[in-house]
Amino acid sequence: MEGETRVHIGSEIDIIEARERGRTIGKLVGFHPVDQTIIATAISEIARNIIFFAKQGTMSFEVIAEGNRRGILIVAKDSGPGIADISMAMQDGYSTSRGLGLGLPGVRRLMDEFQVISIVGKGTTVTMKKWVAHYD
Amino acid sequence: MEVPILKQGGHLIAAIQAALTDADLIRLQDALVEQVGRYRSKGVIIDVTALDVMDSFATRTLRSMAHMIKLRGAETVICGIQPEVAFAMVQLGLTLEGISTALDLEEGLALLNRRTVNSNQSV
Amino acid sequence: MSKRDEPRVSESEEVVPNEPRSELLRQLVAHLRDNRTQLRQEWARRITQASLLTAMSQDEIFAEATTIYENYVDALESGTFEALQAYARNLSERIIPRGVETDEVVGIVLLLRDVLARSLFAKYQQDFALLNRILDAYEPAANKIANTVAVSFVQERERTIRQQQEAIRELSTPVLQVRERLLILPIIGVIDPQRARQLTEQLLRGIRTNRAKVVVIDITGVAAMDSTVANHLVQTVEACRLLGAKVIVTGLSPVIAQTLVTIGVDLAKMNTVGDLQGGIEEAEKSLGYKVVPGER
Ligand SMILES: Nc1ncnc2c1ncn2[C@@H]1O[C@H](COP(=O)(O)OP(=O)(O)OP(=O)(O)O)[C@@H](O)[C@H]1O
Ligand SMILES: [Mg+2]
Repeated sequence: MEGETRVHIGSEIDIIEARERGRTIGKLVGFHPVDQTIIATAISEIARNIIFFAKQGTMSFEVIAEGNRRGILIVAKDSGPGIADISMAMQDGYSTSRGLGLGLPGVRRLMDEFQVISIVGKGTTVTMKKWVAHYD
Repeated sequence: MEVPILKQGGHLIAAIQAALTDADLIRLQDALVEQVGRYRSKGVIIDVTALDVMDSFATRTLRSMAHMIKLRGAETVICGIQPEVAFAMVQLGLTLEGISTALDLEEGLALLNRRTVNSNQSV
Repeated sequence: MSKRDEPRVSESEEVVPNEPRSELLRQLVAHLRDNRTQLRQEWARRITQASLLTAMSQDEIFAEATTIYENYVDALESGTFEALQAYARNLSERIIPRGVETDEVVGIVLLLRDVLARSLFAKYQQDFALLNRILDAYEPAANKIANTVAVSFVQERERTIRQQQEAIRELSTPVLQVRERLLILPIIGVIDPQRARQLTEQLLRGIRTNRAKVVVIDITGVAAMDSTVANHLVQTVEACRLLGAKVIVTGLSPVIAQTLVTIGVDLAKMNTVGDLQGGIEEAEKSLGYKVVPGER
């Protein structure tokens, strides 16, 4: 289960492909069904942003371990227009596409770790992690 | 994937079968708006039991669908949202404010029938 | 090159061949057995003096000290730690519910090590070389024993805590079906984000399996909520609605109501009813049951 897998995001169908990939890996790592859905939802948001704003990009998935915890690392990359003001884009309700503007801030709430790096004119990289929760 | 739309009594039922692309959702919206007008339906049920993810785009589309259906004089009920999906939706910050919801198709139909009777009485 | 790499001169000045380690241990064990009464008393005295095991009476301390002492010496003699480990588990199980802490247990075992080392010192101080060899034989075994006891205790403690938490969680998060299609979720105690999340998951599953149409969430038993948990409550209400269930919140204290307003919740949009009984009546009304007023 080591190593990473990558999905090319170039059309709407790929969004579904990406979230199914994320769900499968999430299941393998041992995520609770609710968390599998949360991961799939986060993937859906980020992949859709790629299609919407950058037309295409990639999304890679990796199983990660740190100490005795395990999780999933998802990195989404595109070479689109980039985000001029990231802190603005991270606010609930901010959208340049007449969307709900909940994608980025919502995903930050869904995942344990979330980071957006973007350079205008060069592209955007979104990195997110979720750890398997221990109910003990 | 095409979403089949069934007529049941005076209502329309859209039974989503599998994950939909954005284009599928837009097509569904157009079809529902058109059929509500054609059949003068009073209620529309959108059954989303088969959806394992509801992201912000899907929610926004469902909301605008309900809004357009309302402008055509019919009520929309969304039914079958899975517990995990509901959980992820609220964490993302998504709500279906102003739209009726029901546990499943049966409940959705019951709700619409009650509403329709009530509105007949109030006329 | 450092000095350390130079060949070392033998540390021992004697050329007499040393007794094998087992012989030393035998001597040591014999000494500890012969003086057991006095050494046990000394140990118990030092435990009290150090204010350890304050949750236990003098007699209890002495009784436990006796058994641990025997196990300790047996472990030294045999070099096997299973019996000691089992006893440490058993002891932990008995004293953990009484609030004995890890540092106390580690403390008493270290005290015993110290009491015994002093006694060995007193006995062998005439022959320093022998004393050193005895202590060399004693120290590793004593450390191993201290470790075994401490680890057993910590493991037992974690197990107990886990069990208690599970029990509390289960006890305090019941989703009750009081009538067909009506669920009540009485929340009692402190809610942290993790528990809030479990409550929500449990409730959402409950709604599906019981085909519930109305849910009464009673938070009379919750004294305070921080904004994170208050947000969870709002999300829970919203998630229930997405499943088609109506939520009535009862027992909202003024403090919590204030918190909700502070985080921007429109209380008018939330169905709130003063107390649980009122909430159930309201729920029954919306389910179409006839409620006889004053039925309380
Ligand atoms: N990959 C990207 N490339 C360029 N701009 C982006 C990218 N992702 C997000 N943005 C910018 O950040 C804004 C906020 O994104 P977010 O996903 O939160 O909202 P949205 O996509 O506009 O609406 P929603 O996701 O709710 O449908 C977007 O409107 C867009 O301007
Ligand atoms: Mg978006």
